[in-house]
Amino acid sequence: MSDSPVLEMQGVRRAYGERVVLAGVDLEVRKHEVVALIGPSGSGKSTLLRTVNLLEPIDDGVIRLAGRDISDPRVDADAVRARIGAVFQHYNLFPHLSVLDNVTLAARLVHRMPRADAERRGLELLATIGLGEFASAFPDRLSGGQQQRVAIVRAIASEPELLLLDEVTSALDPELVGEVLALVRSLAEGGTTILMATHEMAFARDVADRVVFLDGGGIVEQGPAREFFAAPREARTREFLARVLP
Amino acid sequence: MTDTDWQPSEIELGRRRWRRAQTRRSVLVSVASTLVFAGVLAWAVLGSPGWAKVAQMFLDPQIALASLPRILEGLWLNIQVLVFAAIGVAVVAITLATMRTLRGPVFFPLRALAAGYTDLFRGMPLIIVLYLVGFGIPGLGFFPRVPVAVWGTIALVLVYSAYVAEVFRAGIEAVHPSQRLAARSLGLSHAQTMRRVVLPQAVRKVTPALMNDFVAMQKDVGLISVLGAVDAVRAAQIETAHYFNFTPYVVAGLLFVLLALPTIRLTDWVTARMRRREQIGSIV
Repeated sequence: MSDSPVLEMQGVRRAYGERVVLAGVDLEVRKHEVVALIGPSGSGKSTLLRTVNLLEPIDDGVIRLAGRDISDPRVDADAVRARIGAVFQHYNLFPHLSVLDNVTLAARLVHRMPRADAERRGLELLATIGLGEFASAFPDRLSGGQQQRVAIVRAIASEPELLLLDEVTSALDPELVGEVLALVRSLAEGGTTILMATHEMAFARDVADRVVFLDGGGIVEQGPAREFFAAPREARTREFLARVLP
Repeated sequence: MTDTDWQPSEIELGRRRWRRAQTRRSVLVSVASTLVFAGVLAWAVLGSPGWAKVAQMFLDPQIALASLPRILEGLWLNIQVLVFAAIGVAVVAITLATMRTLRGPVFFPLRALAAGYTDLFRGMPLIIVLYLVGFGIPGLGFFPRVPVAVWGTIALVLVYSAYVAEVFRAGIEAVHPSQRLAARSLGLSHAQTMRRVVLPQAVRKVTPALMNDFVAMQKDVGLISVLGAVDAVRAAQIETAHYFNFTPYVVAGLLFVLLALPTIRLTDWVTARMRRREQIGSIV
């Protein structure tokens, strides 16, 4: 089991009626690996991430988490999601809960951690991202960048085996993108296994171990980040990169 | 950042003078129009041929004073009924609204039951429910010594729960799906998501509507008098018959208004505060 990939997708297919969003995707993410999903809007990046934490049903194929088939309908989806962290474009913090309660909610409810322990750990995590002073504030007091960093901390608070990031900087003002990317970079350097959809090509090149180019619901090309950007093999990849790279 | 040296410019001072003059002018206009309106109304009512008779039959201060203690005693019953009914409505309505959000084939009977319930009791007039519950259930003979006010309370809970459940359901549906998604992705179960994430936000969203229903219920508690409970309305009826004068009804009516006023003001205040909060730019 120990050498099986954290995430393994085989022939994953998802269609909305006639429109095929994922047309048989094969993808692997190994432990401590950072994989960046890039591709044009509508290429299926977000859908792919949602299928991984079972927020989106699949029409065919198999998804394994640490070697175990989680696409089996008999699997307890809540238990699977508790092992996977997810961060969304629009942060989705709970507006009626304080920043600290946002961070500790899953620990207290899902992992049954005593409140005192959960809060001690939550405060430590908030301190590491420099937001300790906002622990008892409500999310609407924070800037977009701060909210997104809280959302990331909320997702990693219960030490998930895999962290999914769905375009976590696309809703942010340009000057706030840096602080969020810095946090993701420090997580990557700390060994967190990450699968992220992103529009930030420079960031993908610097931080990701591997880049996966998705187009039309399928993987067109993938490879080590530096090679991928330096010498893309496929014409479609070159065309896409020419459009998004300055 | 504090600029203590700043003095308003000549242009700004001019604008302020003009605004003050405008304010003065609108106050004068509104005072004048109110006086004219009140004058016309008073002239029309006081000058009507039957005014003396009506004033005597409905606005007799001595009868008002004399009937007040009995009506207040009745109002105390209304307040008790109101408190118990409000608690009952809150519990039943949340249960109904939650039942309607359950998914899965197992819960079909519960969903259908909740839907049927809200259809039935939103459609049926309160007074008919009062008669059916207040005279029908005691007729079964199982509960011989239950006071009529209790049956009145139960009828109110039955009817108002149907309305309030729909308000809660609207609130639940108004919580953005991304909130549910975020909660589920943290591993929270459906029940945990409802209780910790969706319901708290739903209740905040519908607080003004809920308080409005509470105001409506505050005066509908007066309808339990049709069952014979001696509440404020029934007491007023007895006093009216005693004095051959309608003033006790006016007294009871004004007491109900006084009872409702704090809630009405509170509702306005809460609504205004929520609007301000939303305009500051909270997310989701």
